[in-house]
Order: sequence, then C-alpha cells, then structure tokens
Amino acid sequence: MNWEQLITLPVYQLNQAEKMPLFNQQLVELAHYHYQHSENYRDIIDFLYQGKLPEDEVPALAVRLFKHHLLKSISTEDIFRITTSSGTTSQQVSQIVLDKENALRQQKVLATIMKQWLGGKRLPMLIIDHPKVIKNKFSYSARGVGIQGMSLFGYDHTYALNEDMSINIGAVSQFIDKHKDQKIFIFGFTFIVWQYFIQKLKEKNTQLGIADAVLLHSGGWKKLQDKAVSNQTFKSQLNTVLGNVKVHNFYGMVEQTGTVYVECEASYLHCPIWSDVIIRKKSNLAEEEKNGIEGIIQVNSLLPTSYPGHALLTEDLGIIIGEDNCQCGKKGKYFQVNGRLAKAEMRGCSDTQS
Amino acid sequence: MTAITILVDAFVTALEVPRSEVNESLEYNSHKQWDSTAHMILIAQLENDFEVMFDIDDIIDMSSFTKAKEILTKYNESISF
Ligand SMILES: [Zn+2]
Repeated sequence: MNWEQLITLPVYQLNQAEKMPLFNQQLVELAHYHYQHSENYRDIIDFLYQGKLPEDEVPALAVRLFKHHLLKSISTEDIFRITTSSGTTSQQVSQIVLDKENALRQQKVLATIMKQWLGGKRLPMLIIDHPKVIKNKFSYSARGVGIQGMSLFGYDHTYALNEDMSINIGAVSQFIDKHKDQKIFIFGFTFIVWQYFIQKLKEKNTQLGIADAVLLHSGGWKKLQDKAVSNQTFKSQLNTVLGNVKVHNFYGMVEQTGTVYVECEASYLHCPIWSDVIIRKKSNLAEEEKNGIEGIIQVNSLLPTSYPGHALLTEDLGIIIGEDNCQCGKKGKYFQVNGRLAKAEMRGCSDTQS
Repeated sequence: MTAITILVDAFVTALEVPRSEVNESLEYNSHKQWDSTAHMILIAQLENDFEVMFDIDDIIDMSSFTKAKEILTKYNESISF
C-alpha cells in the first residue's frame, strides 16, 4: 500500500483485526526500507542484532538517539528541512531530517487527524501565547513551531497574551465578540493556558462566556502535576472562566510529527490509524501484554521515511486502557500518559529495544 | 489592477521579497523568506486581496508561486493570470 492509499484510511474506524495486520506489515516494510537506506540505522541494527534486521519484529530506537545523532535515510542533497526540539530533560535537541515528501506527509496526516476534532472548515483562532513567540524567523522555539503547525486550521489568528505574558484582554474580548455566532478554535500549551490564562482570568473574576469553542492543548502535564492539577480540575476551571468549550489535550513528539494522539470526550488519548502505541515493562523492557498496567510508552508510526523514526521508545510512562471499546465510540487503542520516566531509570535503558 | 499584479504584490508584501524574485521558480521553503510563518501571512494576504477563504488542504498544497495561481483560479473562475 502506498501513501496515496494509506492517507485515505479512516482515522478512528478500523478495529484491531482490520488495522493490525495491515499496520504491522507496513511497519516491517518500513523497517527494511530504513535498513537499506539509512547507514546510521543499519549500523545500529547490525551492532545489536549481529548484522541482520530481526525477521519477526521491528526494533525500537530510544528517542534520545535523535538528540545525539543526525539519523537519516536520505542523501544530504535531498534534505528539505531539519526540525528540532528542545527536550525537557537535557539541553540537547532532537534533530529530525525531512525531505519534501516526508514534511508534506506530516502536514497532511496532522490535518486529517485535526479535522476529526475541529471539523473540516477553518475556524477563527485564538492563540494562548504572545505573538513574539513566532517572530524570530530563523530560530523557532518549540512553542513557535507548535503554533505554526496549528495555525493552518484557523483564520483571524489572535494572540491572547502580551509579551510579558499578561492577558491582552482588549484583543481577547474583541475577538470573542466578533466571532460570537461561530465556533472558535483555541490553541495553547497546557501550562501556559493554565497559568497565564485560566488562573489569571479566575483571579480577576472574569468570565468570558464563550458560546461554542474547541480548545486543543499540548506540551505535557509535568508542571501541572507538580501543582497537583488534574485533567479534571483543568477542564472544570477552564469551563468556568471560558464558557462552553470542548477541551482536548493531545500527545505527540517532534520525532513523529503528524501522528498526534488526541484526547476524546472520555479523557483518553486515541491512536490514529497510521500509528500504534505499545507499553513496555520498566524492569526489562519486554512488551506489556495486559492492558491497564503502567510502563514505558513506545510509539510506532508509518510516517517517517526520510529518517528512521518509525519505532521509538519514549521517555514517557503510560497505560493502555483498552482497544476498540472506548465509550466515545472510536476504534483502535486508547491510553493515557502518566508522566516522564525518572532520570535515573532512563540511564538503565539501552539505546534500543525490540 | 490586473490579477497578476495583485498576486505579485501580495507575495512581495507577505514574504518581504523584491518583485524580481516573485516568479515561476519561487517555491515554499526553497526561498529563505518563504517559511512557515511567512506562509500563513501570505495566506491571509491572498485571502484578503482575492476575497477567498482557502481550505486547509489548499493551504498545505500552496507550495509555489505557480501553485498559488492554480489554487486561486479554482476558487474564482473569473480570475485569470
Ligand atoms: Zn475515546
């Protein structure tokens, strides 16, 4: 199956029996593709598996390998863009090598997934950040890149914050008033939305009374967990100050841009058709066979062709809740992310695991 | 103003490039001024100047000056470049 066909698959409708044989076959083919085209990947695999890609499984690379090595499966002259992100655990940044085709595929898959949550039409967009975050053209921050990536789902992009992170209440009120008869799209990073928007509005006793909106947020719960703010608290306070807003967190990483995992109405993250999540035991990294047990999250994605990022062992902990039977009606695996692996535990993990 | 003049003006303004660089060989991400930030500025400019609202897929597909012409024509058949 080529990408022209793959992109037409329904995002959340195939059950395990329909998805997994197809997905696994594609993933194995992709692993062989990278083994052939990526010298870096071949070296790693040859070293760990005595000169041969395992027949029946796809080895996962530790996500931090992309912080130390420029891993690519294309020739240097075909590099279109290198996306980077700062990690939260080290100063090192991941470097992801993209050719034109891979960059475009990431955008198309992201768009296809987002349409499931936002609808097919672009919506007036309120960004919970300040406009300077995207101003420096040649050195984007991870925040800037995230905002860029989401802005194509909106129009009349309006920034809710000033550069000092205070609320630009004039701009916000004007925006809400102008679009009061439409559904609006709100986007921001989890901690920023909470700290600089929800909390500040609450302090001022301001209620925006939004009639209809979808808020997507991402970036991790670490800082909110430190403040003991649960997802439930986040949502209920948000609805109090903002109004009628559907809230969806999403999980994803720069190493697999495109395949994001969006939180449903039942508060679980859902696998789109083009990716899969596996939980591995902390003790020996073996695959956790049972659902409902916490372990290290591995993400498999069919998108990466220009770099060998198709199977990655993350540094995040999570639980697979179930498959095909979420109360929201979506098929496929659904899970939750519980936090990050402690630094000491990370050192115990080798750089690859199958 | 002719459609082509409006189009070139939109590119000049949004990408902050000299007129001479707005031609058939101008492509997204190949020209250093046409990055993802500039792309959304360009989209807003074109939507304003041609009074259209692009679909998400067309924003993604608008990867060159030539492609922009093709997409705009799709939205408004009376436009010709
Ligand atoms: Zn669900």
